[in-house]
Amino acid sequence: MVKKGEWVRIHSIVLKADERTAKLPDDTQKCDLEMWTKGFLQEDAEIGDQVTVVTAVGRKETGKLIEVNPYWKHSYGTFVPELVQIDRQLREIMFGGDQ
Amino acid sequence: MALAKDYASVMGRSNDIMKEALGLDYSEFESGSVAFDYEALMKSTGYTLEEINKIQSRTAVGNTPLIELRNLSALSRKYAKPGYGARIFAKDEAANASGSFKARRAACAVAHAKKLGYKGVIAATSGNYGAAVASQAAMQGLKCIVVQECFDSNGVGQPEIVEKARACEAYGAEVIQLTVGPELFYTFLSVLEDTGYFNASLYSPFGIAGIETLGYEIAMQCRELLGKDPEMVVCTNAGGGMITGTARGLIKAGATNTQMVAASINLTGLHMASDVQFNKKSCTTGHTGFGVPYATDPDHSDVPRSAARPLRYMDRYVTVTQGEVMYMTEALANLEGLERGPAGNTALAAAFSLAQELPEDAVIVISETEYTGAGKHVQPQMSFARENGIDIHFGNPAEEDKPGVNVILPKDPGCIKYKEADIDHFRASLIKKAVKAHCPDVAKLTDADLNFLAEETKKDVAFVKEVLKTL
Repeated sequence: MVKKGEWVRIHSIVLKADERTAKLPDDTQKCDLEMWTKGFLQEDAEIGDQVTVVTAVGRKETGKLIEVNPYWKHSYGTFVPELVQIDRQLREIMFGGDQ
Repeated sequence: MALAKDYASVMGRSNDIMKEALGLDYSEFESGSVAFDYEALMKSTGYTLEEINKIQSRTAVGNTPLIELRNLSALSRKYAKPGYGARIFAKDEAANASGSFKARRAACAVAHAKKLGYKGVIAATSGNYGAAVASQAAMQGLKCIVVQECFDSNGVGQPEIVEKARACEAYGAEVIQLTVGPELFYTFLSVLEDTGYFNASLYSPFGIAGIETLGYEIAMQCRELLGKDPEMVVCTNAGGGMITGTARGLIKAGATNTQMVAASINLTGLHMASDVQFNKKSCTTGHTGFGVPYATDPDHSDVPRSAARPLRYMDRYVTVTQGEVMYMTEALANLEGLERGPAGNTALAAAFSLAQELPEDAVIVISETEYTGAGKHVQPQMSFARENGIDIHFGNPAEEDKPGVNVILPKDPGCIKYKEADIDHFRASLIKKAVKAHCPDVAKLTDADLNFLAEETKKDVAFVKEVLKTL
């Protein structure tokens, strides 16, 4: 169970695919318009429940509870061998490599 | 009684919501036809350049270093004919609070919101502007919400945009994240209406006036350091605010002979509202997907009339490729010791090539750098591209570049070559779109309309009339 007062991430559908009226490419037209935000959980709940949160600015928002104590997972990526080659090439052209 | 919050109802109240959220009635600048009073809109901020400078000096914005990129200039000369290869300088805008030139726009917008008594600010942006508004709101004691387009329908976020969300949260803002699609505007309007916050639009006159100090500083720093104005300023171009504000600042400093060049990454063929193509881009801003539509139709933004009107100030529009920008970003770190984010380096890739056409004593300034961090860096951008099936290899970008399919890293710096875009074509497109939107009956166009369109395109009335003949 997730306790009231925990910092959580919620998800909701803003527009179902068939409610989307904007001029959209076909691939996007098939998708719901989805939304995520974070806030303090307002009542004890389980993952997957419809809940209300109070966000960082004090706004109330409802949605499906999907994550507790959410954190950022983006990174500096995995090794890209070309970057080392660019570095070598530039130094070679400018300063003659190891000479 | 509570207002209906469905899509049609909220969009139907768009004009009223906007008026409340900007503290500005745009109708007073309208002529009822194609023309509107752009300079009156810009004056409506009520702030002079000095006052804006004062606001920015209080908020850790502006007076950024102008750095000569000596090694990159020398490298560029190796590919120029004897006596050619201009000196390249970078305005190190990463030194602003929040790490990009967007702090200049945000400082003014947030200060203005505070003066008018708003409790908070909202910005719709997936770019550096979010962190800029969040940082300024933190500094000036206002609440902040940033609405961003961030994920595809599989919930996969573009690393560069995810990093910007993290930065906004670090400054205490709420970040509302959405999947791909222009209906972001509906969510944005709905939250504006519920909160009563200020619309810190990228395209408000307050935001654009905030960039004028950048152009002014470039002129003053060049005069102090080099005893002259720069021959050329290259601006990375997306929504058009950078080149508009920078050019206006240069003009206010009296630097009227500086050639203004806009540079965007060529992403022709990728649809900006496509769910599938969303994560096939290896850059999220400074590309033609924003640059061309905003140049040819500036008013399709989140305000009734955009204060960013790039074709008024642009002398040339050039494009470069994703691979060239990645390569130059690595070169900036390796040859100049400056590790900066890739998005700001679009202008640098163009300048590296443009410099080869100017004499050695000429001066080219690129108007910005941006901060770098997890996600917002060549390595995560390129490894993300690879995960998404993009082919990355060394080659000649001019021959092989295919946005959404590959990223071609130049096999040597001699392969970095800007492409000249047909700016007159964009100018004609602006004229046609403006007439279609505001006065479809060409016979009813007034002299004021014709003069306005000439100013909008940095051309003369004869050019406007020629374009109108094709309608």
